[in-house]
Amino acid sequence: MRNLIILFLIFIIPTKALGLIEVDITRGNLNPLPIAVSPLSIDDESKKSFEKTLKKKDIGSEISKVIEKNLKTSGLFNPLDKNAFLQAPDIAHLKPRFEDWNLIKAQALITGKVKNVDDKLRVEFRLWDVLAGKEMMALAFTTVPNNWRRVGHIITDKVYERLTGEKGYFDTRIIYVAEEGPKTNRIKKLAIMDQDGANNKFLTLGNELVLTPRFNPTSQMVTYLSYFRNLPRVYLLDIETGIQEVVGDFPGMTFAPRFSPDGKKIIMSFAKDGNSDIYTMDLENRIVEKITNHPSIDTSPSYSPDGKFICFNSDRSGYQQIYVMKSDGSNVKRISFGNGLYGTPVWSPRGDLIAFTKLHKGKFYIGVMRTDGSGERLLTENFYQEAPSWSPNGRVLIFYRETKTDDKGEGFSAKLWSIDLTGYNERLVDTPTDASDPSWSSLLSN
Amino acid sequence: MKKLVIRNIDQGALMKLNKILKNTFLVLFACLVLSACATSKKSTGQMQGDVYTGTDTVEYLASGVPDRVFFATNESVLTTASRETLRKQAAWLRKNSDITIVLEGHADERGTREYNLALGERRANAAKDYLMTYGISSNRISVLSYGKERPVDSGSNPLAWSKNRRSVTVKAN
Repeated sequence: MRNLIILFLIFIIPTKALGLIEVDITRGNLNPLPIAVSPLSIDDESKKSFEKTLKKKDIGSEISKVIEKNLKTSGLFNPLDKNAFLQAPDIAHLKPRFEDWNLIKAQALITGKVKNVDDKLRVEFRLWDVLAGKEMMALAFTTVPNNWRRVGHIITDKVYERLTGEKGYFDTRIIYVAEEGPKTNRIKKLAIMDQDGANNKFLTLGNELVLTPRFNPTSQMVTYLSYFRNLPRVYLLDIETGIQEVVGDFPGMTFAPRFSPDGKKIIMSFAKDGNSDIYTMDLENRIVEKITNHPSIDTSPSYSPDGKFICFNSDRSGYQQIYVMKSDGSNVKRISFGNGLYGTPVWSPRGDLIAFTKLHKGKFYIGVMRTDGSGERLLTENFYQEAPSWSPNGRVLIFYRETKTDDKGEGFSAKLWSIDLTGYNERLVDTPTDASDPSWSSLLSN
Repeated sequence: MKKLVIRNIDQGALMKLNKILKNTFLVLFACLVLSACATSKKSTGQMQGDVYTGTDTVEYLASGVPDRVFFATNESVLTTASRETLRKQAAWLRKNSDITIVLEGHADERGTREYNLALGERRANAAKDYLMTYGISSNRISVLSYGKERPVDSGSNPLAWSKNRRSVTVKAN
């Protein structure tokens, strides 16, 4: 997919940081930064041509809506009402009248211009510090018109990075399981969508049960569990070609797959005679290695970003707990010691934290702890929720939540939710159907 | 001075009151513990402990041969009733030696998906092992775990969950 997208990045004026505005993302942000996203200006000719090809009346304004929604859902920014803007978009892009923007309490301003250049979409944008009266950043992109939403995401990533000092997570996608039908006989399909819910696409037809899809590091491949022919096995799917293959030749159920951080191996559980252990398979030479060897259930393995360690779930103590070991299976150490059961450990892309699901006194929690088990912090409590997946910058977790049914067993639903690492900004992630098992891609334009 | 004396008296009374309260709490606590034990051991007619003992969901492989066994939360240990059911299944399978079966292992919705897949597999294998000790060859039995994917009861309550923690014997041919 990424290879198909031609994306030119041209720096117009590389500007330097001069003690300008900053957004602190380490705390729950209760005072989001007021930001004005001026609709990107567009000349009449370009407007007409893009209206024909993209079926959008004003593509400049559509791109700015994408940026605005991203900024708002991040919880760190407060995009201001466009009706209050005094300056015309094209003039603001050349030289903002900072007094006007100051008047509506904007601290930052995004302006831009869209143009049709040889049937390609050329977008330039600028980020301004309103209080200091200075330009903070200026960039331009040229791409195929169909990529217009991605341009909005990339601009948001650049703005987020400039103002927070950390990489963004907007030009990303979510793979998940779309669910339909009664609770006792759910139909499940693999589905993929942009991080903001746009461009939703189903990847399987729903003929067989599919579970737990996860991206490889380049987000072009997905590993997941399929019940094809009633044989639950780990599969590999190339998103672009749609080609699927079973991973390895195991004489029983394989499940709980994930890629290694270099994308060369799949780590998963293999269940045999009532005992699940963790295995890896090298995707090039097909060599299978047994990593754990214990009569208890060992599952939900997840590598540290440097590939040196694996966290996993085991009930060897009698109940589900989280363990960490070296990637060769040695030095197994239990790290969860709080009250309750712990499952689904996932190592943060920053390497410092492990996110998990916890069951305690009939409630389910999503939480994080340091990799030695210290500093446990519960972010959200609910009747049922599990399976957190990290945003590529390690700032946001996406997970799924199921509702309690009523006395008649009705009212069941499963939805995706996201929450900041701080425990603030919990949000429902819109999906066209019920949804579960989300997995966040890497940044597509890296 | 007068005030001080009164205060001393008050404190004495308070301490007594404290003692009385403490004792009542102890008694109350003991009552609670007892009643908790009483309820957890009580059979509701449908559950023994938290193992389902009802017949609402049970189907029959043949007359008098129930198709499923039930488990306690997080457990894969076969209960006395489960072993009896499996002995009936073994007898039926010995009589019908051409029949092959799939043991479908399930978990309730109160666990993480991946762990439940492993737990369902472990439950189905507990049933398989028992059938094998009663002379059923392992090549007539295959095992399939559904984890929490295929509940029989869509309820979100302990009784529904107990029906869903099960291993079901299904004819494969």
